[in-house]
Amino acid sequence: MEIQLYKYSGDFAENKDMARKLRIEQIEPELKKSHEVVVDFKGVTSATQSFIHALISQTIRDFGVDILENLTFKNCNEKIQTVIEIVVEYVQDGIFTEDDEA
Amino acid sequence: MKIHIPNSAFLGNIESFTKHFDPTDDSILEVTSNQSWISVHPLVISMIIALAEEIRLKNGQVRCNTFNAKSRPYLLRMGLIEALDPNHGIQIDEHESSGRFIQARRITTSDELNQFITDMVPLLHTTPEQAYPIKYVMSELVRNVLEHSKSDVGAIVSAQYFKKSNRISIGVADRGIGIKEAINRSYTAKTDEEAIDLALRPGITGTTTRIGGTEFNAGAGLFFTKSIAKVSRDFFLIYSGNSFFKLHKTNSNKNVELFANPRLDRANLKSDGLPNWRGTAVGIDISMDINQDFQDLLGMIRNAYHLDVKRANKEKYRKPKFV
Repeated sequence: MEIQLYKYSGDFAENKDMARKLRIEQIEPELKKSHEVVVDFKGVTSATQSFIHALISQTIRDFGVDILENLTFKNCNEKIQTVIEIVVEYVQDGIFTEDDEA
Repeated sequence: MKIHIPNSAFLGNIESFTKHFDPTDDSILEVTSNQSWISVHPLVISMIIALAEEIRLKNGQVRCNTFNAKSRPYLLRMGLIEALDPNHGIQIDEHESSGRFIQARRITTSDELNQFITDMVPLLHTTPEQAYPIKYVMSELVRNVLEHSKSDVGAIVSAQYFKKSNRISIGVADRGIGIKEAINRSYTAKTDEEAIDLALRPGITGTTTRIGGTEFNAGAGLFFTKSIAKVSRDFFLIYSGNSFFKLHKTNSNKNVELFANPRLDRANLKSDGLPNWRGTAVGIDISMDINQDFQDLLGMIRNAYHLDVKRANKEKYRKPKFV
């Protein structure tokens, strides 16, 4: 399944409510069926860390870090790619720290 | 409450404004102003309008002297005179506007924020690369207000491009619960100063003590915003309760370094002599001369974003897939 993000976010992806809705209504149901999800950023020129956090952080926590194998980010410019990398890294910091404490 | 609008009040000398603020008796707002020339940061505009909006919501009274200063057209364009006296009757020549004032606006919903960002950027006449940090800062600051502040007046935002110094200044003010109460839903900050210190650290949010945040909040917005000002070598100020944090300019001959701990910044985190600001007010200056592009800034933020966790399990980490 491929999500054309621009259709929902416009060129500046900052609306966290929208990101959360996409995660709950489109991304996670597909991942639950073990389908691959592609989030296509074509036309999106920038995204806030808060938007990317609301879009993917809980999915990584709930499904585990291996879910990143089924989640692909397409047509990201360098800035968006860096924001995604920052979010993915700190979410995993949280997951593995909790593992250590358990 | 009493306020005096001084001759000059920017982030570097904001004390010229705060020292005349008397927050007692919130049934009335009395505003006086310098009668010869007024030049102030949008933060000051946003704070005064937030007070006026709050008083009106409570059916209180707003009294202000006549604005005789030569800069009165500017105050009119920024929306200050209208907010204090809707029946002011002052006319200005619309053609005087360079289109580089973003008139103060009250934002109470996510949709209003989307619309504001869409409307704002063309007015500032920036390149897309210059517009990115401005949009970013507006989004993060206003969403903080909408999600955490419980402010009856929402967020009051304003901005201005200063041609002489080639910078964009932004002010966002609310009259909500303030940082201490918001952060203390999960932490135990004893003072406003301590709460501001926590709020500026990446990964700390009032919604949870869990590292990495909740599904909706990561606790990174203020850290990103402060970092944008730092890389721009410019001012950033956050004021809540009886404390503020003021990031000073970074000299052009020094390397910019981002710190997760705000106490390592060249900044003041102070409480002495400050009147209580119920809610939160944030001001930021972003230089348009900035040579560092936003991609470099994000790289620096990535390096500074230490969540103070053990990385013993680093081999288990997965990387996102890009195509």
